[in-house]
Amino acid sequence: MLAFTIRRTFQSVVVLLVVGLVAFSMFRFVGDPVDNMLGQERTGADIERLRTQLGLDQPFPVQYFKFLRGAVQGNFGVSYRQGRAVSGIIAERLPATLELAAVSAILAVVFGFGLGVFTAIRRDGWAANTIMTLSLVGVSLPTFLIGILLIYLFSVELNWLPSFGRGDVVDLGWWRTGLLTESGLKALILPAITLGLYQMTLIMRLVRSEMLEVLRQDYIRFARARGLKERVVHFRHALKNTLIPVITVTGLQLGSIIAFAIITETVFQWPGVGLLFINSIQFVDIPIMAAYLMLISVMFVGINLVVDLLYFAIDPRLHVGSSGVKG
Amino acid sequence: MAADVLSVRNLRVEIPLRNEVLCPVDGVSFNIPAGEILGVVGESGAGKSMTGNAVIGLLDRPAHIAGGEIWLNGQRIDNLPKEAMRRLRGKQIGMVFQDPLTSLNPLLPIGEQLRETILEHLPVTKPQAAARAIAALEEVGIPAAARRIDSYPHEFSGGMRQRVVIALALCAEPSLVIADEPTTALDVSVQAQIIALLKRLCRERGTAVMLVTHDMGVIAETSDSVAVMYAGRLCELGPVREVMTHPAHPYTIGLMASTPLAAKGQKRLNQIPGAMPRLDNLPTACAFHPRCPQVQDRCSVEPGPDLEACGGRAACWFANGAGS
Repeated sequence: MLAFTIRRTFQSVVVLLVVGLVAFSMFRFVGDPVDNMLGQERTGADIERLRTQLGLDQPFPVQYFKFLRGAVQGNFGVSYRQGRAVSGIIAERLPATLELAAVSAILAVVFGFGLGVFTAIRRDGWAANTIMTLSLVGVSLPTFLIGILLIYLFSVELNWLPSFGRGDVVDLGWWRTGLLTESGLKALILPAITLGLYQMTLIMRLVRSEMLEVLRQDYIRFARARGLKERVVHFRHALKNTLIPVITVTGLQLGSIIAFAIITETVFQWPGVGLLFINSIQFVDIPIMAAYLMLISVMFVGINLVVDLLYFAIDPRLHVGSSGVKG
Repeated sequence: MAADVLSVRNLRVEIPLRNEVLCPVDGVSFNIPAGEILGVVGESGAGKSMTGNAVIGLLDRPAHIAGGEIWLNGQRIDNLPKEAMRRLRGKQIGMVFQDPLTSLNPLLPIGEQLRETILEHLPVTKPQAAARAIAALEEVGIPAAARRIDSYPHEFSGGMRQRVVIALALCAEPSLVIADEPTTALDVSVQAQIIALLKRLCRERGTAVMLVTHDMGVIAETSDSVAVMYAGRLCELGPVREVMTHPAHPYTIGLMASTPLAAKGQKRLNQIPGAMPRLDNLPTACAFHPRCPQVQDRCSVEPGPDLEACGGRAACWFANGAGS
């Protein structure tokens, strides 16, 4: 277990180093920031000064090492456009994205699992069939379209919920939350549904098919033959066996919720890091783009690490230390 | 009939399909007295397992019991509501499946699976259930049961797992055990141990056993009586010694002749020509007549005599010893 954790952590670090290299390469190869930062009326001396100031005159490996050292300390340099520390800008924007992603993820997991189990147990019921048909909509419609449809219905036609922004926020010092005000909660509903709908339907369909597969297994028959209650058979014996394959996909999906927040944040003008990223692309604000890239990859790698460790908690067959001889 | 633990009367199982109704079990009747073992033999698809599943109430839809009666300890159970039938399973009828590698939940320790079954059926406290679980494992011959109780199924070998499965089937002390090919998936060397174990436990407790198998050798070793099934019908039923030495039905004769016996020094193994008919294409009258070496005109017109009504052993007009 410990060896496995160490090995996986080591692999994660390697992945992050590679992503770091890609992020860093952007500085070298995507345009010349000096051109953007200095106006038309620049002199050769200005350019040299700025180059030295930004450290661009140093050799490539030294720059990469400096970038990494900064990245580990959360220091990604200064935004070309806003002239402020990137870490500060991201820290300002991150709570909005994390709150949106967390609420979407909770919606997706709770409803995905709930409906998945329901449709598997009531396989031939009309309710299950209706849910399955509707879920096709969630899987096949693109996120931005769902967002626009929701805005049209609930903001334009019914005028129940705001169509953009985050509402009022409460400043907790290090975290500005929209979860504590009514307008903040209202503003959260549509983006959260938009962002979580695809993941929810995906998790639901996956849980359903895995559960149906498990319900065909011999040990489920045997559990029934032992006279266990249907509730016990479904939730104690079947659901746990369903979890293992579902957790992998769910974990990856949670990562992509944060990554795909870009689209939802753009549609709803949600002031999170996704929107920040889109804007920084328009201005070739490379420090922000690099920081965003690193941030997302850290989250992805972290979630995957947690997923791998979760397997251990659920599947005893992976405890290599004990006498796990198959046959 | 009072002494019979299980009594099956004229059982008929149907599978309704879109434009026809299949009948995998038809007119099957037999009794199993307490402490006795009934061997049920036949080729694959003869309806042996289907009969077992019908008795324990685990037919997969759309298959269902369409006729006949099943009596367990004087109580009619084929028409019980779902919930009452669920309480009966495990408590009064235990079941052992074919493949021990897949019959145990891989994610729960075996002790956990034993305890949940015991707590479901017996009025005991949790510590008592834990003690009983260990006792149950000891009884089926798991060494160091107290230490192994929290092991997971994958930590046991196939034979050991089948012992655990038997412990699970017997832990609530049912009066009937249905063993559906309990040794088919095991090594030959382990088969005998498992059969001996099953036999010993049931003798000690007076449990009736319905042993479904296609292995005539296993039947000869363990059973008191034997039921031979073909295409969903019972073709011969009788005490094991008589059926083995003087098979009456032509199918049984063929089955006996195709059992390999090393002692006889046979060069070639006998076989019954042809194959079991498909359920949607059963021959008229006696289902065996197209393959029967003793077939006569009457066989394709009139079904064999009813085992019950004629009080005979074999459902054949021209059975050995039955006369015509």
